[in-house]
Amino acid sequence: MTAAAAPSRRARLADVWYDYRQSPVAVIALAIVVILLVAASLAPLISPQNPYDQATLDLFDARLEPGSVGGGGYVHLLGTDGMGRDLFSAILYGLRVSFTVGVAAGAVALALGATVGLVAAYYGGRIEALIMRTIDLQLSMPAILLALVLVAVLGQGMIQLIVALVAAQYAYFARTTHGAASAERRKDYIEAALSTPLPARRVLFKHLLPNALPPLIVVATVQVASAISLEATLSFLGLGLPMTQPSLGSLISNGFQYLLSGRYWISIYPGLVLMVLVVSINLVGDQVRHVLNPRRGR
Amino acid sequence: MEHLLDIDGVSKRFVKQTTLGERIARALGAGGAPEIVRAVTDVSLTVSRGEVVGLVGESGCGKSTLGRMVAGIYTPSNGRIRFEGAPVAVSRGRRVEKLTTRVQMIHQDPFASLNPRVRVADTVAEGPVAHKLVSQKDADAYVADMLERVGFDAASRRRFPHQFSGGQRQRIAIARALAMKPDLLVLDEPVASLDVSIQAQVLNLFQDLRRDLDLTAIFVSHDLGVVRHVSDRVAIMYLGRIVETAPTRTLYAAPAHPYTKALFESVPKIGAGRGVFRPIAGEIPSPLAPPQGCHFHPRCPSAGPRCGREAPVLKSIGPGQSAACHLHDGGVA
Repeated sequence: MTAAAAPSRRARLADVWYDYRQSPVAVIALAIVVILLVAASLAPLISPQNPYDQATLDLFDARLEPGSVGGGGYVHLLGTDGMGRDLFSAILYGLRVSFTVGVAAGAVALALGATVGLVAAYYGGRIEALIMRTIDLQLSMPAILLALVLVAVLGQGMIQLIVALVAAQYAYFARTTHGAASAERRKDYIEAALSTPLPARRVLFKHLLPNALPPLIVVATVQVASAISLEATLSFLGLGLPMTQPSLGSLISNGFQYLLSGRYWISIYPGLVLMVLVVSINLVGDQVRHVLNPRRGR
Repeated sequence: MEHLLDIDGVSKRFVKQTTLGERIARALGAGGAPEIVRAVTDVSLTVSRGEVVGLVGESGCGKSTLGRMVAGIYTPSNGRIRFEGAPVAVSRGRRVEKLTTRVQMIHQDPFASLNPRVRVADTVAEGPVAHKLVSQKDADAYVADMLERVGFDAASRRRFPHQFSGGQRQRIAIARALAMKPDLLVLDEPVASLDVSIQAQVLNLFQDLRRDLDLTAIFVSHDLGVVRHVSDRVAIMYLGRIVETAPTRTLYAAPAHPYTKALFESVPKIGAGRGVFRPIAGEIPSPLAPPQGCHFHPRCPSAGPRCGREAPVLKSIGPGQSAACHLHDGGVA
């Protein structure tokens, strides 16, 4: 009658990592995300110039080709933009903005969407019908359209941008949570909790939510990538952050006008970084879904 | 005798949820009547303090539904369930709100009834702490005491349900129910999903607890042997109705209702040789469309013309024994 030895949390994490690294592509994607994340957070230390500081900008350095040495006496690895900003530095700072916006919007959308989805699944009936039809209605509109309208109404700024992205994205979390929680809702342990009876809040957040969480982690990864590209799109359209806070999207937009005049680097390099980042996050999310799916059949 | 629980004329119907399309079709005069499952029909039963009542029937006869109504998971469509004179639960719209903590339930499947992400100690402690039966400070000692009652040592408290076997999990579920200091336990097929060797262990635990704690219980099961072992009184259900109720000894010695007799004859007996047990003829009818009159008459060997027209009521036929059959009402079916 002795129970099997307890697999510690650490051992389970080791299992997850073992499953995860079965795909070399996903491991490389994870490495890229980590490198970009580290580079973005250490931007002030590793970038030769602070692109936010107008005093360090020199118009004589404008539109230098990659590899040339500017007035600052250092090599502009990726060239400079129309205002003399070192593109390498601008991309690192832009990554900071993209990560901040993406992760903040993803986290808030997760919290809001999960709560809405849980409430719908738990209460059922009219509340569920009302919430889920609203969500369906919203999901029938393109997220970019909703975010565009909201940013136009709310104005420019980091907070406004995050609010717009959350409003555009919480619906995905709500729907995923609702699906997972509805399945869990019918299980006996929820019935047991209700017939104890435990308070609704405890049943919701202690019993229902943790069991509906695995699919949410996957959606969260993908939605962070999607928030980053949405932010880039908005900034590219001039509706995101002001040019004094260059995000990847505004950098691309900034170099767009020079694209046909041979100064490709101003748009192409931030674009490449954005693409690599979004694709890598999506690949990581894909593999996480694979690992967390109990029926992956190994 | 004092009645702890009064089930009075209780029925439960489940209406199939309609989709928007079906509702529109029905509003336009098409689509037919909604599907209604009559799980329990006009059941009355009392349980006295200290008594264990076995509820027996084939699967789909409504015994689990009746147990769930007593445990406050469903509310009756008709009739009343009163625990010490007050309802166990009330409906608030679609939701059911349970009003008492003193009726607790133990589910059939211990693999589904324990939250896989909650440690054993928290599973047992959360109910009593939420209802202030024990302070947060004393919860540890309380949980240790409860787990010891069902045969676990202190080391098992930090574990998760998946680290236990089926029998062990069922004992944890019992500890969770006992921690609420219940006056009435509803056990819904508590051993049906366990191996036979483990069944005995859980049943013996139940017997010990009953003796120590003076428990009152409704024991739902399809297993006549198990019910005989644990119950003082047995109620036999068929297709939503109670057809016979009697003290255990009387029932097993002299079953009165043709269904009860058929049920006993269908149990394979050791030593009786091959092919001696007789299954009940025919299939159990669908609770979507139960037969007219006595629900058992299409399968009953002694059915007469009256059985198809008129549903028999439970009538006292001996000391403590009642049966719902026309045979005991003038002798002619």
